[in-house]
Amino acid sequence: MSKNKINGGCKSGGGKNRERPGEEDLSLFSSARNKFISRRDFIKGVISSGATIAALGYMPGSPGLSRARAASPGAVERLISLKVNGRTRRVDVLPQETLAMTLRYKLGLTGTKLSCDRGECGACTVLIDDVAHYSCTTLTHSVRNRSITTIEGLEGPSGELHPVQKAFVEELGPQCGYCTPGQIMSAVALLKENPHPTREEILLSMSGNLCRCGSYDHYFRAITRAAQGG
Amino acid sequence: MITDMMTPFELYQPSRVDDALALLNRYDKDAWKLAGGNDSFDWFKDRIKRPRAVIDLNGIAELKGVRETADGIEIGALTTLAEIARNPLVRQKYGLLADAARKVGSPQIRNSGTLGGNVAQDTRCWYYRDGLPCHRAGGNTCYASRPTSMNREHAIFGANRCMAVNASDTAPALVALEAKMVIRNPQGERVVEAKDFFIGPSVDITRMTILTPKDLLSAIRIPSKFANAQFYFEKVSDREAFDFALVNVASATIVKGGVIEQSSIACGGVESVPRHLKVVEDVARGERQNDATAKLVGQAAVRGAAPLNYNQFKIVLMQNLVARAIRGA
Ligand SMILES: Cc1cc2nc3c(=O)[nH]c(=O)nc-3n(C[C@H](O)[C@H](O)[C@H](O)COP(=O)(O)OP(=O)(O)OC[C@H]3O[C@@H](n4cnc5c(N)ncnc54)[C@H](O)[C@@H]3O)c2cc1C
Ligand code: FES
Ligand code: FES
Repeated sequence: MSKNKINGGCKSGGGKNRERPGEEDLSLFSSARNKFISRRDFIKGVISSGATIAALGYMPGSPGLSRARAASPGAVERLISLKVNGRTRRVDVLPQETLAMTLRYKLGLTGTKLSCDRGECGACTVLIDDVAHYSCTTLTHSVRNRSITTIEGLEGPSGELHPVQKAFVEELGPQCGYCTPGQIMSAVALLKENPHPTREEILLSMSGNLCRCGSYDHYFRAITRAAQGG
Repeated sequence: MITDMMTPFELYQPSRVDDALALLNRYDKDAWKLAGGNDSFDWFKDRIKRPRAVIDLNGIAELKGVRETADGIEIGALTTLAEIARNPLVRQKYGLLADAARKVGSPQIRNSGTLGGNVAQDTRCWYYRDGLPCHRAGGNTCYASRPTSMNREHAIFGANRCMAVNASDTAPALVALEAKMVIRNPQGERVVEAKDFFIGPSVDITRMTILTPKDLLSAIRIPSKFANAQFYFEKVSDREAFDFALVNVASATIVKGGVIEQSSIACGGVESVPRHLKVVEDVARGERQNDATAKLVGQAAVRGAAPLNYNQFKIVLMQNLVARAIRGA
């Protein structure tokens, strides 16, 4: 099955399958079902070889990609539009793909970090409609109509740093820096909603971002500085 | 390189409850209901659960929001914990639930995590979560109850082959508020009491709630019985954020002239279900709200506890939390 055929039945965004209206109305991906393999056989197949398929499926351009597509309806990418950092980006996305994966490995926005990949650290924090979310715990398909902001999207029109970024620099915020993009996104979300937070409000809002280097005091000072206008 | 991506599934994103129910009817046991995903994705990434079809409920507007009803409020199951924590209606009259919601996970988890997902979440016993073939996973042993098992987080009540506890922070609050759970499936709708919604291993060892694969939790109703009562929620965990309760307590108490007229109280982290403390309510009724009563009810609350090797501390913890809840601080 060619990729065109796979996506051919779906209107982008609406999820309607034109070939079989009615029964498959809600399906985003079922048009890729392989007629020649029964559902049950197929599930067994995925269970035994799931690791390889999914692992290869995530490496862009890897030779495994086409095999992954052919072997599994779930491994079918679908072309969608995402609003990232004020721009509309067209991108092929797997049903099980997380936003962190799409941002980093499909859109090249590697400022968003992945660390635990389990919603336990905050390194992958991005803004979805201005609210902080873990992109490792968000399906890309569920944010099609939302506005996503990553660390790359904070810069001003002529490339200048965002006030929160400046404050992080001034206060020598990071040590190794790995958690920093996530910390900054949480701080930006906080100050958008609450420009003059109290000490407690800062601590609470930042409690979803861990820092292995323990730069918490520096970050706290930086956020206080940003809230005071630099 | 990331080595733990999810295995493929078919993704459905219905925008109406009826469509979601049709999908549940079609896929039954092969379907997985997805809300905020904070519990679900762990299972998928660890490849212990591999649903064929994932039904993303986030696009269903009718499952979201807080509404005032003739007798209290109704909260859509897909309402986020962050929204519940800041909703004026919830905060003013049913602050217990707002306090509990505010204690879940981290800000980001609360921004996507839903009330429905929080009450329907699976247990956190790590033997089970690691995919070991224990009773709950369909096997015939419990890895948490051996002499060397690490069972500091496990049950002190009601263990029946399985020692896992209910990990939800909002569950005890809903039990204390005598909430009603509205469940829909392709056959229709039913409403069950929160305390009957959660089930233990003696009922079904593979599930934490009465929800069956075709059931959708659509809303949670909170009756006005305890509106504006004296509320107390406290959670003790190893870390302030990202961590589950070792023990939590939720109580609603109606006090008149220093005397406890009525109280409703439940503890999490001690049993496979939020433990509804009927005995405490009986002991406290008609007593003065003071230290002596608090001490008495604390002792009553933990009677019959059967700790494991590493969780004796939970008895004292629970006793103290219940005492504080009844005293109001
Ligand atoms: C790092 C971390 C820390 C956490 N800390 C806490 C904590 O401190 N306290 C706490 O209580 N929890 C905690 N959790 C557990 C849980 O992820 C959150 O409680 C969250 O609220 C779950 O909601 P969700 O919408 O993300 O659920 P999902 O993952 O989407 O769903 C969870 C389960 O509920 C089912 N479900 C969801 N919605 C419905 C519905 N409407 N009808 C029927 N079934 C449904 C799903 O099928 C799934 O089985 C934590 C999780 C993580 C990853
Ligand atoms: S990588 Fe997403 S929270 Fe850790
Ligand atoms: S600066 Fe190193 S992890 Fe935070």
